[in-house]
Amino acid sequence: MMTNPTGRITQGQFSFLPDLSDKQITAQIRYGLDKGYAWSIEYTDDPHPRNTYWEMFGMPMFDLHDPAGILGELNDCRKTFPDRYIRMNAFDSTRGVESVAMSFIVNRPLTEPGFGVVRQEAEARHLRYTVHPYATDRPEGERR
Amino acid sequence: MNALDYRFPGAVKPAPVTAPAPDPGPGPEAPAAGAMDGPPPARSVAEVLAQTQVEDVLGELDRDLVGLVPVKARIRDIAALLVIDKLRTQHGLTSQSPSLHMCFTGNPGTGKTTVAMRMAQILHRLGYVRTGQLVAVTRDDLVGQYIGHTAPKTKEVLKKAMGGVLFIDEAYYLYRPENERDYGQEAIEILLQVMENQRDDLVVILAGYKDRMDTFFQSNPGMSSRIAHHLDFPDYSGGELMQIAQRMLDAQNYRFGDHAAEAFRRYLGLRMAQPHFANARSVRNALDRARLRQASRLFADRNRQLTADDLLTIEAGEILASSLFRTN
Repeated sequence: MMTNPTGRITQGQFSFLPDLSDKQITAQIRYGLDKGYAWSIEYTDDPHPRNTYWEMFGMPMFDLHDPAGILGELNDCRKTFPDRYIRMNAFDSTRGVESVAMSFIVNRPLTEPGFGVVRQEAEARHLRYTVHPYATDRPEGERR
Repeated sequence: MNALDYRFPGAVKPAPVTAPAPDPGPGPEAPAAGAMDGPPPARSVAEVLAQTQVEDVLGELDRDLVGLVPVKARIRDIAALLVIDKLRTQHGLTSQSPSLHMCFTGNPGTGKTTVAMRMAQILHRLGYVRTGQLVAVTRDDLVGQYIGHTAPKTKEVLKKAMGGVLFIDEAYYLYRPENERDYGQEAIEILLQVMENQRDDLVVILAGYKDRMDTFFQSNPGMSSRIAHHLDFPDYSGGELMQIAQRMLDAQNYRFGDHAAEAFRRYLGLRMAQPHFANARSVRNALDRARLRQASRLFADRNRQLTADDLLTIEAGEILASSLFRTN
């Protein structure tokens, strides 16, 4: 069974589409800003779907209200971590919502090795399944 | 990069990414789109002016600001260039996006900050900056305390100002020739880079006193050549200062009593000859002091029934109580 048929992980918005161009990312950022969201940037080298909290790149940008500054920050992050997953998150601080309203991947490693299925023998001939990202076979910092 | 040649069963091709952001009207690259949505592309200067409402801001500038004739003329010139540029792009005549960085020089209190704020509005209406915001900073906000502190600090400010106007007050302080290890130079370099490469994102306005700005530009020729518009703010004449005083009083619901206007005119004559005269700012301070004296005059008279007229009026005595008259 192929666990990663496109060779690309699909998490968040737009992940079945080709990579967004900077112009498209800018349009998304502007949309979020118009809605009053605050953008932030996160990166990781462990694409496991349960890896919810990625590393933050800088602070959440509550004080920026124009896409140019946010895109500049994203480009800084791409320069620093060219072969990690990078995603943009838009935080909606409306009282009672207070959660991430948009999230999409904007940078991927050159090759995405995907996931393997791990089967664990349990009591009474039970089988437990889990997925395991091949990326995490290597130690942290050497993953791609 | 893995090209996405994988297709979902049934899907013909990936749906195009459409920006959900509201359509900002006919952009420069899509003049034909005007027929379908948004206002039709403007063909005459009047239409651009009507669509952008820039005339309102220029009119306000004329009405609200006393004097400053050369400055207003220059701002009209700049606005005219921007309007014509807009029309040119609609005819497919590409012109380089104009360099809009400016330098305002003039003595204290001549209205540099006020004009900068109006400038942000004008540029916003004409669509040369995306937001009408003005971020006002001084040396403290740009230059750091220790090695490696300046660059992030400056970048932080620039990021915040993106899409609007960055107003650097007393810009000559950025460069301190007496200390060669001053971090100001680093801030200037970052600023120059952004001014050159991100002209579409940011307009920088420097402000400061004329003589000091001149030395600043002499030691930073790169800065001078990147600024297209040097506007010099002239000092106000006595009559203009009187007009300013009247407007300030109107705005605060005060008025001059009998002979008080005449006394204030005499006060201005004396004050203008003194050192550290700060034009409109000195007028405001003088009026604030007069209000203070008026308040204590009314306060002293405990049992009097005060009418609105009493509370409104500044008497000649309050102006003549100034120490300027005493020494003479």
